[in-house]
Amino acid sequence: MSEIRAIYTLWMREVKRYTREKTRLVSSFIQPLLWLVIFGSGIRFAPIGIDYQKFIFPGIIGQTLLFTSMFMGISVIWDREFGFLKEILVAPVSRISVFVGKMLGGSTDAVIQGSFVFVFSFIVGIRMNIGAFLLSLPIMALITFGMVSVGLTLASLMESLESFGVIQTFVNLPLFFLSGALFPLAFVPQWLRWVSYVDPLTYGVDALRFTILREAWTPLFPIQLDLLVLLAFDFGMIAVGTMIFSRRK
Amino acid sequence: MDHVIEVKSLTKRFKDVVAVDALSFNVKQGEAFGLLGPNGAGKTTTLSMLCTILKPTSGTAYVNGYSITDHPPQVRRSIGIVFQEPSIDDRLTGRENLEMHADLYGVPKSEQKKRIDDVLQLVELADKADFLMRTYSGGMRRRLEIARGLIHYPKVLFLDEPTIGLDPQTREHIWTYIAKLRGQQNITIILTTHYMEEADNLCDRIAIIDHGRIVALDNPKKLKASLEGGIISVKTSALQTLSAKLKEIDWVKETVEEGGELKLVVKDVNAALPRVVETAAKAGIRIESMSVHEPTLDDVFLHYTGKEIRSESADEYRGVVAIRRHGIR
Repeated sequence: MSEIRAIYTLWMREVKRYTREKTRLVSSFIQPLLWLVIFGSGIRFAPIGIDYQKFIFPGIIGQTLLFTSMFMGISVIWDREFGFLKEILVAPVSRISVFVGKMLGGSTDAVIQGSFVFVFSFIVGIRMNIGAFLLSLPIMALITFGMVSVGLTLASLMESLESFGVIQTFVNLPLFFLSGALFPLAFVPQWLRWVSYVDPLTYGVDALRFTILREAWTPLFPIQLDLLVLLAFDFGMIAVGTMIFSRRK
Repeated sequence: MDHVIEVKSLTKRFKDVVAVDALSFNVKQGEAFGLLGPNGAGKTTTLSMLCTILKPTSGTAYVNGYSITDHPPQVRRSIGIVFQEPSIDDRLTGRENLEMHADLYGVPKSEQKKRIDDVLQLVELADKADFLMRTYSGGMRRRLEIARGLIHYPKVLFLDEPTIGLDPQTREHIWTYIAKLRGQQNITIILTTHYMEEADNLCDRIAIIDHGRIVALDNPKKLKASLEGGIISVKTSALQTLSAKLKEIDWVKETVEEGGELKLVVKDVNAALPRVVETAAKAGIRIESMSVHEPTLDDVFLHYTGKEIRSESADEYRGVVAIRRHGIR
């Protein structure tokens, strides 16, 4: 019970901090819009059997989730720099609750950010309904649980803000490019496809295409498999993250 | 056997540096105990081990009966801490910070509001409670941190350099709160400081720490009395010569050269004064000025460590605990 209250209060803190930062809320609109409108229009004529902008729409949601989730790791570094981490670490709360509280907070922020992208669906001509959005929500949550955990883990390992920034780019871009967000994985060479199968975001984007594009697109995997892989990824990363986060000097 | 803290040859080594060297002491329930020493003496490192942030290299300690090595969660539940570096969330309001703390420590929901109002009252921040922390001054933040450390009714309150970097007025304020605490609640206070005045004002007993070891431990009065007598400070250009001459006299218990001054510890100041002048005159040494005072903790420290307490000296800073960039100073 007390652990749940601790998770709740740490979650609440992250959400409060996030909603008080207006610039981050506004800037979150810009990047997806650029990808959809400029990049999407540029390669609109790619012969993939579906309008390209529609095709990348779930991919850009996935990308937004990935980038914001990773960025959430920064909260560990900030907390350390501003000393707040000590307040949490001396509290009589298990490390896993601290980690999960932070993770859920970051995930909530990332899912909110990802949800903004749905606003642009009309630009690319996808007719969204509430049902499809609601079905996408749990998938978005599953993607962010694992990805925020990766971000928090990397941040726990980094000594400074700068090194976290560098490592983030190294992780973000491969995960993004390999996920099939920008091109159908059916089109890539066999070896590259196998690499893509290791990328958890591949399954996230695949599942989002299932809920958003529906019959207009044939997904790579059955939805059950996508969800199963994402779940395994989440649990694995929470375990690893808690372990790394809990190290005591 | 009512020791709320028992420290047993507690040791912490950072690579080759021994920051805390087989420290042992006990603190009684309700006592205000001071760890006095220069920066880098190992005070913060000791505190960090006692509040289970750092693992000791060897040795252990019991806080409220729980071992810091075997039962960290129980230890954490028993203590409140005000860290040397700020540790509040500046994007939240004062009240939100306190509420979060109450949640983390499992303070019953029904009592939460009253307790928060009480501690806010104590540190006189009730009217500022709903402002964002980033609008607080350094002194206000410190006060809120003290308030926060009290919400869960800890058995032991750790204060790590509670007034470092604060202006004298705020410092006095904070001393008043701490003194109030000593009077009101059955709470044990462990305080680290490198301000003599602070230790003298607030502590029942003081451990003087240097290089990770206790060099003296007693109540402030006895520590000062241990010097037996008074101090004569002599300012002169011929420091060494005078020092050598005076050392030969048997009623001069101790001579220390420090900052262009010669400090003499003597039993009977009044009798000694003319004879010091006499000795100097005989040796042809010109005395620029002389002063006499009762021993202070400063002198005690000087006596035990052979040096004046250093107020700031970065290279000596071995307790790696905090990132110092954002410290208030």
